[in-house]
Amino acid sequence: MNTAQIAAAASAAAARAGDNSSLAFDVDRVRQDFPILSQEVHGKPLVYLDNGASAQKPRQVIDAMSNAYETYYANVHRGVHFLSQRSTEEYEAARKKIATFLNARSENEIVFTGSATEAINLVAHAYGRTFLKEGDEIILSHMEHHANIVPWQLLRDDIGVVLRIVPVDEDGNLMFEEYEKLLNPKTKLVAMTHISNALGTIVPIGDIIRLAHDQGAKVLVDGCQAVPHMDVDMQALGADFYVFAPHKVYGPTGIGVLYGREELLNTMPPWQGGGDMIVNVSFEKSTFQKAPLRFEAGTPAIVEAIGLGAAIDYVSTLGMENIAAHEEGLLHYATEKLSAVDGLRIIGQAREKAAIVSFVMECAHPHDIGTIVDRAGVAIRTGHHCAEPIMDRYGVSATARASFGLYSTREEVDVLADAIGFVREMFG
Amino acid sequence: MLDDLRELYQEVILDHGKNPRNFRRPESFSREAVGNNPMCGDALVIYLSLDDDQTITDVAFQGKGCAISVASASMMTEVVKGMTVEKAEALFKAFHAMCTGDDDASQILDSFDEETVERLRMLAGVRQFPMRVKCATLAWHTMDAAVNGSHEISTE
Repeated sequence: MNTAQIAAAASAAAARAGDNSSLAFDVDRVRQDFPILSQEVHGKPLVYLDNGASAQKPRQVIDAMSNAYETYYANVHRGVHFLSQRSTEEYEAARKKIATFLNARSENEIVFTGSATEAINLVAHAYGRTFLKEGDEIILSHMEHHANIVPWQLLRDDIGVVLRIVPVDEDGNLMFEEYEKLLNPKTKLVAMTHISNALGTIVPIGDIIRLAHDQGAKVLVDGCQAVPHMDVDMQALGADFYVFAPHKVYGPTGIGVLYGREELLNTMPPWQGGGDMIVNVSFEKSTFQKAPLRFEAGTPAIVEAIGLGAAIDYVSTLGMENIAAHEEGLLHYATEKLSAVDGLRIIGQAREKAAIVSFVMECAHPHDIGTIVDRAGVAIRTGHHCAEPIMDRYGVSATARASFGLYSTREEVDVLADAIGFVREMFG
Repeated sequence: MLDDLRELYQEVILDHGKNPRNFRRPESFSREAVGNNPMCGDALVIYLSLDDDQTITDVAFQGKGCAISVASASMMTEVVKGMTVEKAEALFKAFHAMCTGDDDASQILDSFDEETVERLRMLAGVRQFPMRVKCATLAWHTMDAAVNGSHEISTE
């Protein structure tokens, strides 16, 4: 977008955001659900703009987890005793909530892992090492997070698959026509982000999936930045695998989610062996559970799953469309404010963008920007965002990144802009 | 807010950050090492020239980084030139101790000449910013690696 378009979009979004805040979405009320937000940092009110890295937790999630530990915690899928049964019911209820939230066909399509990164590694192992062979091609985009690059490189080094990379243009749009050119009968898997964590670009993932399927390739989507910010529908998208990070959706750390089409998951061998994933074990032979338990060896993150269930309830009650509209208003406002700063360059101005603003300044390194705005109470991410290839693409080693969440406000954007003004004063 | 930041980003540091001294790749040198700070993507190369007595006859660097890491590298090249390797290593330990707030160890600094000490103390402000200690010490770790024959180090 050029400046005039951004300004026009910003005023339109401002009108929309105004409507939303007075009707469906009351950000002041929402903020009261997040205990951490009321504190001061370095004597200034906390302005938390590092939601792309991890989001804060509402009271509802904290209480659900405390309540589990205080009243019914026990191991799941084990004992016949009361607490184990209750914990199992709550753990499985969380799985069901996620299935409904993502519009999966069944809760059997929801696998709990240790992290989103582990979910991708699970697919690279259990699917990649079973169904891919030397010379098969995997298509990634230039803006993947390291978690959606390195597992495929390990697979490449192991079995000799070939990685092909879809470039992005100067504004951060995925070059779709280049994707179409890369697709060929050797393409067996497309592993692509839904929203770039470094640029905010929203990838047209539905079209990506459709064309991949036309070639007979499977698709894994890294939805870590998408699930917190927009409505995501597995049946509408048709992805074969879709992963997300619960801690970015206002839930706990220590757990990840892998959605996989049920019939596909059941063709995949286990990738870790242990308790809970077996039907029978003898020293001669073991037989395995179906998905999802086949992929959940060992005691899972029980209370974290329950906390995630509470987080899903929380965002569902607010409404993903309301959250998306609120954040879109913030994106346009922040883009307008920061674009006006002399010597500041926004990296990533894709046509379709989530509420992430990555930027560099002529006068100061991102790390120095981060330190200075921190003293104004503002938490932003500085660095390469675990996405070094896309940093290289724009000729920078790092950026400063403000990423917004459902509790972010325009006043917080103003505090960030003022703090950036101070960076200029100091370094300019 | 301002006092801490002004102490960290003193004029001298901002100047070295913007106009680093000895920022070049010498035509010849005895040792080189690459220093990476993976958390922020910073990378420096340090070039050392040593004579037969293990005295540093020239030291230069190239790379990219934040104001603190570039200024620290720049100031380091100025202070260690002319020192023996042994003395430069002792200075590294003292400087590191100063940055991490280890006052006993940083007293070793006092055994160095006043100008060197005064210059390095400019960076003592990082003690208030624990996340930035790696920035201030990156060049020194890299020099240490070059002296000890490592070609690449990481501060993670």
